[in-house]
Amino acid sequence: MQPPSGYRTSPTLIGLGVGAVVVGIGLALTYEAPPIATAQLGFRGTAMVDVQNPRRLAGFAERNRVPEAQPAVQPAGQKARELYENVPVLGELDVEQFNRLMAAITEWVAPEQGCGYCHAEGEPLSSDKSYAKVVARSMLKMVGTINADWQAHVGATGVTCWTCHRGQPVPKGTWFTEPNPMQAGGAAQGPTGQNRPAAVPALASLPADPLTPLLSGPDAPIRVIDNRVLPVRGGQGASIQATERTYSLMTYMSEALGVNCTYCHNSRSFFAWDQSRPQRTIAWHGIHMVRALNRDHLLPLEGMFPRERLGPLGDVPKLACTTCHQGAAKPLLGVSMLADYPELRTVGR
Amino acid sequence: MAEYQSIFTQVQVRTPAHAGVPLPRGTWIRQGTPRFSYLLGKIGDAQIGPIYLGWLGVASIVCGIVAIEIIGLNMWASVNWDPVQFVRQLFWLALEPPGPQYGLSIPPLAEGGWWLMAGFFLTTSIILWWIRTYRRARALGMGTHVAWAFAAAIWLYLVLGFIRPVLMGSWSEAVPFGIFPHLDWTAAFSIRYGNLFYNPFHCLSIAFLYGSTLLFAMHGATILAVARFGGDREVEQIVDRGTAAERAALFWRWTMGFNATMESIHRWAWWFAVLTPLTGGIGILLTGTVVDNWYLWAVKHGVAPAYPEVFPPVVDPAAAAR
Repeated sequence: MQPPSGYRTSPTLIGLGVGAVVVGIGLALTYEAPPIATAQLGFRGTAMVDVQNPRRLAGFAERNRVPEAQPAVQPAGQKARELYENVPVLGELDVEQFNRLMAAITEWVAPEQGCGYCHAEGEPLSSDKSYAKVVARSMLKMVGTINADWQAHVGATGVTCWTCHRGQPVPKGTWFTEPNPMQAGGAAQGPTGQNRPAAVPALASLPADPLTPLLSGPDAPIRVIDNRVLPVRGGQGASIQATERTYSLMTYMSEALGVNCTYCHNSRSFFAWDQSRPQRTIAWHGIHMVRALNRDHLLPLEGMFPRERLGPLGDVPKLACTTCHQGAAKPLLGVSMLADYPELRTVGR
Repeated sequence: MAEYQSIFTQVQVRTPAHAGVPLPRGTWIRQGTPRFSYLLGKIGDAQIGPIYLGWLGVASIVCGIVAIEIIGLNMWASVNWDPVQFVRQLFWLALEPPGPQYGLSIPPLAEGGWWLMAGFFLTTSIILWWIRTYRRARALGMGTHVAWAFAAAIWLYLVLGFIRPVLMGSWSEAVPFGIFPHLDWTAAFSIRYGNLFYNPFHCLSIAFLYGSTLLFAMHGATILAVARFGGDREVEQIVDRGTAAERAALFWRWTMGFNATMESIHRWAWWFAVLTPLTGGIGILLTGTVVDNWYLWAVKHGVAPAYPEVFPPVVDPAAAAR
């Protein structure tokens, strides 16, 4: 028997065509175009891969360039504190080494503004009149602290001023506490600190500022997952809200380092250390380093900065992962500058 | 020229509007003069109306509007009544439950009180609508399968927004009202309780969900494929198996060795659909109340496999420091 004919399929085809166009536009706007390069990081089948886009990596090497070292100098045999006044941090350096470092700092931090960025015009070089000089002294101590005390995070690679500054007097990757957005107030729902397209959690509706509570205040707990199978009576664990805050911080770290969650974690268990890559330990020390540096070196600068260097709420600029990493898993792609400036390993110690 | 073959063809039949079977006494009457819509006829029955609202329907709609107003106005207030930002940020905006500091107490309106109120009205609206589906089915002399399927979805909704927060002792465990925020809540909820993918009831729910789509596709495709033999008259074919039912059955016996019947396929579909939120709700209910970390639970019970080490073993630096 011949099945009856007379079916018209054109409306279906039109519908499919329209659907394909809509889906296509959605895909084009949502996803990155191939090629995407992936590198396996963990055991096969665990989805632990590093995903990179070659287009994103174009120009990456240039942005993470290390400047040429200043020419080496012969020691003068005289300490800086014997020749110069008011050099509490670098006074133990040889005069020639001191001057070479000054030239390097100028190139790293204020290549356009020159010495005058820190040394106020018409004042002796020893003057502390410029706030920038006072801040620079504190930052030098910080560099020494990082290189000497935080090798668990920076390894032997260490940091210099260039790691963050990259030729800018104010590093690009510092952050401030942002005020809550304008709301109607009254009896309506008050500020929740989330549910708006915020930059830190990569435009998710997660808490917009996890950095202030977790990296610059009293050390709020970041861990939210309980290390036990069953709940215990009276053992109220972390709230969903605290979880979202940690989630937001982790998203920030992922963006700051240009890596996926699986660069450190096995996503089947974010908390389990025995499932994690060794990189997670380095990141753990990084979090504690950021907290300590903000507490000991940046927050004490309150009152030093002029108004235009402060955030909208009057807070000092603070650092976090982006400040050094700037999108690279290893800042400056892991190149160490300390071989040329060994004095920065111990400066201010 | 097109000719009428089955309800799946593009030809629309125009008959005098059908007002429905007589209603029992003592209820509202059906309202509105029936109309016909050509465009709606493309995707369903072209006849629109009459409609039966009843006091349950009216009360449900009123409560639903109140809930949506509370949610929407709070969202709008959170962008300072800016209409442009309301539209631009709509997917991000939310009405959040009270913070953990409030437990199960009633917080100020600005700090979660509105959430509680919106939840109350939304729940009332949904429950009233459920009673309506039950009573309308009864009034028509139908079975109450639709109402019970709807109840399965309400179960999951109540577990998420009411039963589990009460068991946990805090409204803050509940879901915010908002598009992206409720999705972020879902991800955070899974992370907080050690990965919901190791929750066996979550597994069951996914199996029924994907199974539902599979059954839906198989059934829809089968009936469309035999519509030319009268397969669209499924109900008649249940009791009087014609060539369409025979061919459909033979097709599945050929391809997978077994076939459902014209009747049983609908029971399959109903149970798969209903078991999706039913098992999912059980999974949510157990999370945090009975199991704190689903990954560790799965390790304890031999569900989560151990993988060979591919990098040096890592220990918790906080534990190492102690």
